[in-house]
Amino acid sequence: MAKGIFVFAEVKDGKVKKVTYELLCAARKAANALGEEVCAIMAGKGVSGLAAALGEYGADKVFVAESDALEKFTTDAFTNVIGSILQEQQPSAFLLGFSIRGRDLAAQLAQRLGTGAASDCINVEVENGQLVFTRPIYAGKAVIKVSIPEARPAIATIRPNVLPIDAPAAGKTAEVVAVSANVGDVRQVIKDIVLQVSSRPELTEADVIVSGGRGMKGPENFPILEALADVVGAAVGASRAAVDAGWVPQSIQVGQTGKTVSPTLYIACGISGAIQHLAGMGSSKCIVAVNKDPEANIFKVADFGIVGDLFNVVPILTAEFKKILA
Amino acid sequence: MKILVLLKQTFDTEAKISIEGGKISRSGVSMIINAYDEFAVEEALKIKESLGGEVTVVSTGDDGVQDALRQALAMGADKAVLINPGTDDVDEFTAATVLAKAVSGMEYDLILAGWRAVDDGSAQVAGRVAEILGIPIAKLASKIDVEAGKATATCEIEGGTEVIELPLPAIITAQKGLNEPRYPSMKGIMQAKKKPMDKKGLGDLGLDAGAVAAKVKVLSVSLPAARAAGKVFDGEPADTSAAVVKALREEAKVI
Ligand SMILES: Cc1cc2nc3c(=O)[nH]c(=O)nc-3n(C[C@H](O)[C@H](O)[C@H](O)COP(=O)(O)OP(=O)(O)OC[C@H]3O[C@@H](n4cnc5c(N)ncnc54)[C@H](O)[C@@H]3O)c2cc1C
Repeated sequence: MAKGIFVFAEVKDGKVKKVTYELLCAARKAANALGEEVCAIMAGKGVSGLAAALGEYGADKVFVAESDALEKFTTDAFTNVIGSILQEQQPSAFLLGFSIRGRDLAAQLAQRLGTGAASDCINVEVENGQLVFTRPIYAGKAVIKVSIPEARPAIATIRPNVLPIDAPAAGKTAEVVAVSANVGDVRQVIKDIVLQVSSRPELTEADVIVSGGRGMKGPENFPILEALADVVGAAVGASRAAVDAGWVPQSIQVGQTGKTVSPTLYIACGISGAIQHLAGMGSSKCIVAVNKDPEANIFKVADFGIVGDLFNVVPILTAEFKKILA
Repeated sequence: MKILVLLKQTFDTEAKISIEGGKISRSGVSMIINAYDEFAVEEALKIKESLGGEVTVVSTGDDGVQDALRQALAMGADKAVLINPGTDDVDEFTAATVLAKAVSGMEYDLILAGWRAVDDGSAQVAGRVAEILGIPIAKLASKIDVEAGKATATCEIEGGTEVIELPLPAIITAQKGLNEPRYPSMKGIMQAKKKPMDKKGLGDLGLDAGAVAAKVKVLSVSLPAARAAGKVFDGEPADTSAAVVKALREEAKVI
């Protein structure tokens, strides 16, 4: 019988991604309710050393596939390696982050294992002995609860930054199980990787986001948002209007056709609050809006709004944050 | 170059959502081509324009989906295929099984699709189709080049992009930024009426309800609690800024 709640332990740049801890804590709670164990699957090159410490966040066991062939992420290699671990271990559930890699793998693995997958979930609970997943649909305009009653493992991707990370149990280590990494036939050939160097956090995982819209007037003004971002340790985002005008790259667009973000604090500057923008940031815990139009839609969702010209307000806001955070 | 585009019809992104009889109501909602699928259609047309060939749009759903397919035909696609799964109880497994089965009976060098649908936001169907067909996939492409036997896609990764080469046939999903979808011309709209629309049921594909039964079961549908409007400060920037920063610390306790 299928047993064990498994988690994809995502490693990037030699570090375990934060969403992994979120998944482990959710898995731990569910596993306790169901009387199952929590296992993580880690794959990559030079990752073994990171495995045991996952015990502090609730992993009983970590299956580690260590191989030079897993140095770069490819859909085929990771699907093949993780797919065979899942086929052998027969867990009851497998949780991944709704990150670029997590959702890539979730789709491939769900089909390979002939099972169902719930995407972009914002909650996991145990009801009547089974996992129940909550997920927003229609860009957050409706919410559904789903289960995967029969097929196993039940696969789910969880939105990063939504589920809490419990205080780690210092010193508790997970049992590390090395498994063979047979990457099989890899058809994606990575020809080139271009990384934007940034000292700022990744948008989808950022705790604070400072976003600019058409009200920024041009790319030359984004440094005033960056100055604010630097003070509060934020990532910088943008509305579609700013992206389509060519002021900032597509990769930082927040919204229905951009990124979905769930920071603790979202500061929207010169953004009107169109429904498609709200779709991407509506689940932020606290929203601050700076807009010169008192009727702007963004004020209907903002916890705190400032009516004013952002070119006057943002630098002062930055100075205020600097004072309080000093 | 024979190109297939997997296309989903979705609610207009402005649509107001209401629930009727425990389900999302479709009444009064205007339907559109999923935004990301429109990028896929446009890219297919561009590839056809430079290399020659044929573009077929493939979808699953009821007769209403013909409108979205006709729009793709009006943009310049050559043929459309629509499979009616005969049920509303559809999940990503159902959709992928139906689409892959339809596709497996067709000739293709390349399949394009949107990276996700803006309604259910699942980002699963294209990956599942690749898995069923046994062909390689690259996701989130913002640039695609095709030549004999291979495709090269520039894809989004965390913190940047990577260039992935794939042997054909392959499937590639579209991210915003790939292109600017064209509007159908009047001539295109007229021509679309005469283009072939192949409508099929599960039985025509050798599938039955059991083979496509959804693996994910919906337990409840609800509307989220509306966000309450908060405090709006109007006045001198020095005062409003100080007040908000103070409130973030003392009331909201987020900094
Ligand atoms: C299918 C589809 C998908 C979409 N996806 C997205 C998406 O993913 N993300 C997204 O953001 N949008 C998306 N949109 C677009 C969306 O509908 C809006 O057009 C867009 O969000 C508007 O961006 P904005 O708020 O920056 O610009 P505007 O709506 O033009 O608002 C600019 C705001 O700035 C204020 N302002 C101007 N000057 C100043 C100043 N000096 N100081 C203070 N305030 C000032 C104005 O009062 C105004 O409220 C999508 C649309 C469609 C149809």
